[in-house]
Amino acid sequence: MSIPLSWYLVLSAALFSIGLFGVLSRKNAIAILLGVELMLNAVNINLVAFWRYLDPVQMAGQVFAIIVFAVAAAEVAVGLALIISVYRRRKTVIADEVDLMKW
Amino acid sequence: MTPVQIIFLLCAALILASALMVVTTRNLIHAALWLVAVLFGVAVLYAILDASFMAVVQVVIYIGAIAILFIFAVMLTRREMRDRGPQLRKGWWLAALLALLVFAGLAFLLVTQPGVNRTAAAIPPGLDTLGKLGTALVSPNGYVLPFEVASILLLAALIGAVYVAVSKK
Amino acid sequence: MTTETIIWLLPLPPLLAFFLIVLFTNKHKALSHSLAVGAAGLSWLGSMLVFARALGVHEFGKEVFESTFNWLPTGGTWLKIGVLIDPLSAVTLFFVAWTVLMIFIYSIGYHNFGQPKGDHDRAGLPPHGATVTDEKGHKHSVPSIEPMYSRFFAFIGLFAFGMYTLVVSNNLLTLFVGWEIMGLCSYLLIGFWYGKESARNAAIKAFITTRVGDVFMLLGIAFLYSATGTLSFREIFRPEVLQALATTVTPFFGLSAAGFIGLLLFIGTIGKSAQWPLHVWLPDAMEGPTPVSAMIHAATMVSAGVYMIIRMFPLISAGWEPGTPLNPTMSIIAFIGAFTALFAATIALAQNDIKRVLAYSTISQLGYMVAALGIGAYVAAAFHLITHAFFKALLFLGSGSVIHGMEHGVLHTGDHSVDPQNMFNMGGLRKKMPITFWTFLIGGFALSGFPVLTAGFWSKDEILADAFGRGHWAVFATLALAAFLTAFYTMRQITLTFLGGPRTKEAEHAKETPWTMTLPLVILSVFAVGFGWVGIPEHFPLIGGLLPNWFHEFIGPTLAEVPEAAPFSLWPLLTSLCVAVGGLFFGWLVYRKVKSPKQDFLQIPLLKNKYYFDEAYDFLFVRPAYWIAETFTYLFMDRAVIDGILHTVGRAALGLGSFLRNYIDKPVINEFIGDGTGNVVKKAGSSLRRIQVGRIQAYMIASLTVIVIVAVAYYLLVV
Repeated sequence: MSIPLSWYLVLSAALFSIGLFGVLSRKNAIAILLGVELMLNAVNINLVAFWRYLDPVQMAGQVFAIIVFAVAAAEVAVGLALIISVYRRRKTVIADEVDLMKW
Repeated sequence: MTPVQIIFLLCAALILASALMVVTTRNLIHAALWLVAVLFGVAVLYAILDASFMAVVQVVIYIGAIAILFIFAVMLTRREMRDRGPQLRKGWWLAALLALLVFAGLAFLLVTQPGVNRTAAAIPPGLDTLGKLGTALVSPNGYVLPFEVASILLLAALIGAVYVAVSKK
Repeated sequence: MTTETIIWLLPLPPLLAFFLIVLFTNKHKALSHSLAVGAAGLSWLGSMLVFARALGVHEFGKEVFESTFNWLPTGGTWLKIGVLIDPLSAVTLFFVAWTVLMIFIYSIGYHNFGQPKGDHDRAGLPPHGATVTDEKGHKHSVPSIEPMYSRFFAFIGLFAFGMYTLVVSNNLLTLFVGWEIMGLCSYLLIGFWYGKESARNAAIKAFITTRVGDVFMLLGIAFLYSATGTLSFREIFRPEVLQALATTVTPFFGLSAAGFIGLLLFIGTIGKSAQWPLHVWLPDAMEGPTPVSAMIHAATMVSAGVYMIIRMFPLISAGWEPGTPLNPTMSIIAFIGAFTALFAATIALAQNDIKRVLAYSTISQLGYMVAALGIGAYVAAAFHLITHAFFKALLFLGSGSVIHGMEHGVLHTGDHSVDPQNMFNMGGLRKKMPITFWTFLIGGFALSGFPVLTAGFWSKDEILADAFGRGHWAVFATLALAAFLTAFYTMRQITLTFLGGPRTKEAEHAKETPWTMTLPLVILSVFAVGFGWVGIPEHFPLIGGLLPNWFHEFIGPTLAEVPEAAPFSLWPLLTSLCVAVGGLFFGWLVYRKVKSPKQDFLQIPLLKNKYYFDEAYDFLFVRPAYWIAETFTYLFMDRAVIDGILHTVGRAALGLGSFLRNYIDKPVINEFIGDGTGNVVKKAGSSLRRIQVGRIQAYMIASLTVIVIVAVAYYLLVV
């Protein structure tokens, strides 16, 4: 394997930042969740890369990544359910319009 | 430039471009589809990293379930939204700046760590990573507890999602 | 029961009677007077027992009945109080017991026990008569019972307690206690009919005047205590103590300590025994009921003053030997006594009220005793004290009886403008009130000093003999003149009251008084006659030597050195015979023809108005006191100065408070700090609340910004 570890890490950082940008700047709530997915994937890349490059014999890295999968899945499910529920009440999915908890 | 490196670079470009499209495109369905592209690229990366199980699971779960879920959700919430107007909030430039700073910081920190430019050691021959993974997941000396907890988490999420999303008739 | 125990118990029955009457039996008249008379009787019994035992003691002056106990701890030693019966207090106890009991019995009749309640009687005013209808339907007025009957007996019970305490005391402190209790009761009893303004004023006058004397007496007691460390008589009269006191010179007029203390104590006597110049209260004290006048102002309280000074004779005469000139204190005492005797006698000549005459007579006779003591005639002074108590009590009770008889007449005629106490409204009462007449006559003769048969003769003669024998010519002449005047005004009184014919209708209808009043008169007249015979001087012509001079032998040993009887001389005897008989004769001669005040040549304004002493004191003391109280203390000091200070402080506080409130509290603390802080917080809050926009992406951006900034700063500064 001739790819240096740093490439993976930079890639994951970039993906993470893009996901962050998406979370912070998209109007639609579902789009925010898309950004969150990007961030999670970046994390996963990081984890698996470290597993491979540091100690592939130990399975901890992969297991960690698998748990992250599970959590991401759960989170998406609940998040989308919430968005749908909110959509039903407020007829909107724009995050900025769900601002009742304000001053 | 070894071939693996080239593949990696292509893959990275795909991932990053698709990710940018995910966060900037106006049409949400398109965004979800671009997400599928990202996920796919990540799966290729897993394969390069000898995490074959991960690659498959990525495709099956992420693309097959989660992305579909997203598309379903978009479709369910489209009635009032017509994908018109700007998709980015008012303060998007600040977010962009922040993201940039975060990236810069992270990259800088990561790159200045000693030993980050190493290359991967070869996997010892005869190492059955998949078998070992399976064993690790369910072995009491391994990670059965997080595994089970994650299961419960999924169960809770399932129940919660159903409860939240069920509409009162 | 030992004699000492009996002596301790003597004052208690009347005190008990006082408390029981006040607390429980106030509504029951019969029970109250029974308690009081019973108590007086018990004390009388005890006194007679003690007296009898005292008679039986050989050399009673040296052996005495004494009992003390430690009372107050004073540093290393104790102040002891106790009782003492020596010869002087034994005979005093005798006459006090008899007179108190007689007066208590007399009061039952005087306050008309058994009579119906009056028509318009109110508590605080003398009873005014009740209308009764007899079988035939005729209405007539009868005397009514005193509304405050029980209260009277309570007060005289308290008074008796005070007197007994004084007599049995062995020290000046408890003597003074008894003295003051009697002073209080005198005030209460003079003002008994408190509804009358004249009675109220008289009570205050009596109390204040005697208080003046009491203040000096208290100073004397204090001085004595600080000089000797004790107040017991037996301790003070030890020769070494007296010697020390007699030789210490005080910075006051160069008197010795003994002389100065004696003088201060004597001033107490001047007040209490109504000597000049503090005599003004006694005539006004006649406002009280007659038993009060008899008891307090004739027999006991005023006698207490003389008793005290006789008791303190060793102190007064410390350093004096019989035959030498008198020391300054004794001279002052002799002067005041003799002067008062003559002074009061002259005033008595012009009084028309039956009780006023007796009041001035009392002052005069007390002057005799004081003068006797002043010249050193110890035994004579004591003798006259006792005989005077008997016959003056007799005379006062007799006058009360006369007034009662006259009031009967007044109720009969219904003319209440007639004063039943004015002698010029009386006359011929010997036929209407025989017992009263004869007993009054005996008393009057005793007072005048009718030879041989009356006690007054013996005691007065002894005083004159002492004055003559020791060479005090001025005192002798003054007292002899006073004796003449005494006999004169006494006969004037008897003539106007009893002899001749009734001058008014009221006198015609006078009636003899019941037995509760006449019995004490009879008993007292026995003493008025007989008591003199125990003191017949040895060398008296004809009778002297037949009966021993028991009195002299009994009383004499009270002093450390038994005083000698005065050398017998015929001159004082002749003088006293002349003045007594002469005064009586002239009095009868002049007044049997006098029918009205206009015919009375002695109605001189100067005498009638008592030498204007009351007016002088009013001007010199009473008015300035009122001025000080009203104008100076009340208006100026209290209202203007003190209230002014208070009001100023109040206004200042108010001003300060307003200032603090309006200039510091409200603007600074309330508005600036209090409301200001609130406003600042409110404004900050309402400004800051706007960051809570409700949009999570905004929150995330904000937090991430901060994190980035902090991370960069951390990296740059720390790392």
